[in-house]
Amino acid sequence: MSQPSISKSMTIGESGLAVVFAVTAFLCVIASAKALDAPFAFHAALGAAASVAAVFFIVNRYFERPAALPPQEINGRPNYNMGPIKFSAFMAMFWGIAGFLVGLIIASQLAWPALNFDLPWIQFGRLRPLHTSAVIFAFGGNVLIATSFYVVQKSCRARLAGELAPWFVVLGYNFFILIAGTGYLLGVTQGKEYAEPEWYSDLWLTIVWVVYLLVFLVTVIKRKEPHIFVANWFYLAFIVTIAVLHLGNNPALPVSVFGSKSYIAWGGIQDAMFQWWYGHNAVGFFLTAGFLAIMYYFIPKRAERPIYSYRLSIIHFWALIFLYIWAGPHHLHYTALPDWTQTLGMTFSVMLWMPSWGGMINGLMTLSGAWDKLRTDPVLRMLVVSVAFYGMSTFEGPMMSIKVVNSLSHYTDWTIGHVHSGALGWVGFVSFGALYCLVPWAWNRKGLYSLKLVNWHFWIATLGIVLYISAMWVSGILQGLMWRAYTSLGFLEYSFIETVEAMHPFYIIRAAGGGLFLIGSLIMAYNLWMTVRVGEQEVQMPVALQPAE
Amino acid sequence: MSFWTRHQVFEKNSIILIVGILLVIAVGGLVEITPLFYLKSTIEKVDGVRPYTPLELAGRNVYVREGCYLCHSQMVRPLRDEVERYGHFSLAAESMYDHPFQWGSKRTGPDLARVGAKYSDDWHVTHLTNPRAIVPQSVMPGYPFLSKTDVDPDAIAGDMRALRIVGVPYSDEQLANAAADLKAQADPDNAGADAFTKRYAKAVVRNFDGKPGTPTEMDALVAYLQMLGTLVDFKIYNEKANLR
Repeated sequence: MSQPSISKSMTIGESGLAVVFAVTAFLCVIASAKALDAPFAFHAALGAAASVAAVFFIVNRYFERPAALPPQEINGRPNYNMGPIKFSAFMAMFWGIAGFLVGLIIASQLAWPALNFDLPWIQFGRLRPLHTSAVIFAFGGNVLIATSFYVVQKSCRARLAGELAPWFVVLGYNFFILIAGTGYLLGVTQGKEYAEPEWYSDLWLTIVWVVYLLVFLVTVIKRKEPHIFVANWFYLAFIVTIAVLHLGNNPALPVSVFGSKSYIAWGGIQDAMFQWWYGHNAVGFFLTAGFLAIMYYFIPKRAERPIYSYRLSIIHFWALIFLYIWAGPHHLHYTALPDWTQTLGMTFSVMLWMPSWGGMINGLMTLSGAWDKLRTDPVLRMLVVSVAFYGMSTFEGPMMSIKVVNSLSHYTDWTIGHVHSGALGWVGFVSFGALYCLVPWAWNRKGLYSLKLVNWHFWIATLGIVLYISAMWVSGILQGLMWRAYTSLGFLEYSFIETVEAMHPFYIIRAAGGGLFLIGSLIMAYNLWMTVRVGEQEVQMPVALQPAE
Repeated sequence: MSFWTRHQVFEKNSIILIVGILLVIAVGGLVEITPLFYLKSTIEKVDGVRPYTPLELAGRNVYVREGCYLCHSQMVRPLRDEVERYGHFSLAAESMYDHPFQWGSKRTGPDLARVGAKYSDDWHVTHLTNPRAIVPQSVMPGYPFLSKTDVDPDAIAGDMRALRIVGVPYSDEQLANAAADLKAQADPDNAGADAFTKRYAKAVVRNFDGKPGTPTEMDALVAYLQMLGTLVDFKIYNEKANLR
């Protein structure tokens, strides 16, 4: 065995990260021992275990790998890094099912409150953040990380930057989800909607997110194409803006560095404005910009058509990110927030309708000349229907932000219905469509295990969405009207509890809709699993690549 | 050179693209948020508004921990039906010491901004333990475990110290007596009860959960609920005072 070998040694990244994690493990053990409350001790112990595992992973990986690092190109073809993408795609499916299931549980708790079982850990108030975080940040986040890592490599024709860094991002992000989620069940929360994780989870997320930005950005910088592809603008805006929002909304002072409780720096009205600046743009940049990036890559790819209008995408991009930031105050209509702020928020929300529909048109018209594929390809159908739902909820949103409409809709189930037409119809379907494309591509399979099952998934989930949102429309508007109903003598007609009672049938219909959506996702998980397990390998064609220009 | 050609500077340079994104997203937030730290109407001082007592703060922490804000708002809007159903619309000053704010976004249950002093302590304890014992149609979860968990009086001073750093004006005296005050508020026979009420205007001393011994989380939560919306006396409130 006398190979002319390069002497094998650890890279600075490997040794440095191993040392950092070793120190982290040590600090976590101390924190766990000195913890003031049980959840903090538990989380510190989890941190110690994860750090030890990370050290083992890094060292073991070093001994397993060949002396030379993976090449950037093989035979003139970029040597794409698919490992972290596969992991993130798997986690997306896992968290998706978990999040939909918790959603079904809390929907059922509202219909049948006995399901709270008088237990702290599974009562509605603790499970609801678990549901929202699991679907938005765990499911949605993993879809975004998986697809962004895929799209950025393919559209830049460059291998993902770093060897350990992408793994740090996907594993670190999912560890954040684990800490945040178990924290909710144990009563660890900041009490800010969609920003519930406590200070130490927030700090950890900040580190992971900065590395995510760096991996993405450096890959873009390494690109072989002169232009940065449209989808990458949206991914970049999503990553950068989420970082800004996260930092702006979460500055908090821990009561003790050995305890989970902290107090947010902002108070009262300022906290309210920061919160909804964050909250609405979590919708705008996490659930919209990020998933629009998916639309801009996966729909043209799947339909094998170019994007309808490049110029429209330029306008779409800048108008969307400029206008979205202003829309937050529409969550605070008629509150103690000054009128001018509310009116600004409303005005910009209405204007936001335009770039939103511009984007929808750009997505839908990409199918020009390929509409027939909707009949034969249920994956493309899912992607296109998601864009239609995007159009619907981005019309409904501006309408609900108009103050007079909001005076009826706010605090009611109409808001919940609106959110879910966006979340299930747009984010859900575009994610499912992307995963149905991504899994065969990342695992090198000729195609999906079964298109018939995709079709079943599509129809069952669509039926679920229709049941869900129509039930919430009816209950929300009914609720709003009952609250403001007066008798002919000028008295309020209904007591509050009468309006609660009136919601019962709609809560059952909503739970049924959510159940159908969950069943659809289980069909999907089986289909993807079988695609990976028994799908036929695609043979790589060695083609000579030419630059696009 | 057309606009579309000029735009290529963003398409071909990732750093310029990032700077562009940062500038574009900064505008809206700066315009809407910064003035809120200076405008008179958003930093108004209203007579009667005071920081939470140690027991109320412990109760508020339970309220936050259990996610009550996910079903109950604390923000009465100036609409006819809301003012008649809940009371005077909420003022900015009434939540000025709230870290975090708990205005909420959903009313699966009624607004709680002015729930204080509307029901008896006994009603609250029974209702929190088993909501359907009092309101059969209610969909609220039961919280019987609150009565079984004691509040740690010695821990609350740390919370108050953190709050003072983020801007809640607790006095040195209030900090020094935090643990004693927490116990005193839940025990009318406590020797420190008088000194406590001097430190916190309008604070109510009662045995909220009706049980002897160390204050429980039930004591704390009921103490918090019973003070909500009661601090400002709207008979003497001057709504013109903060106009400009």
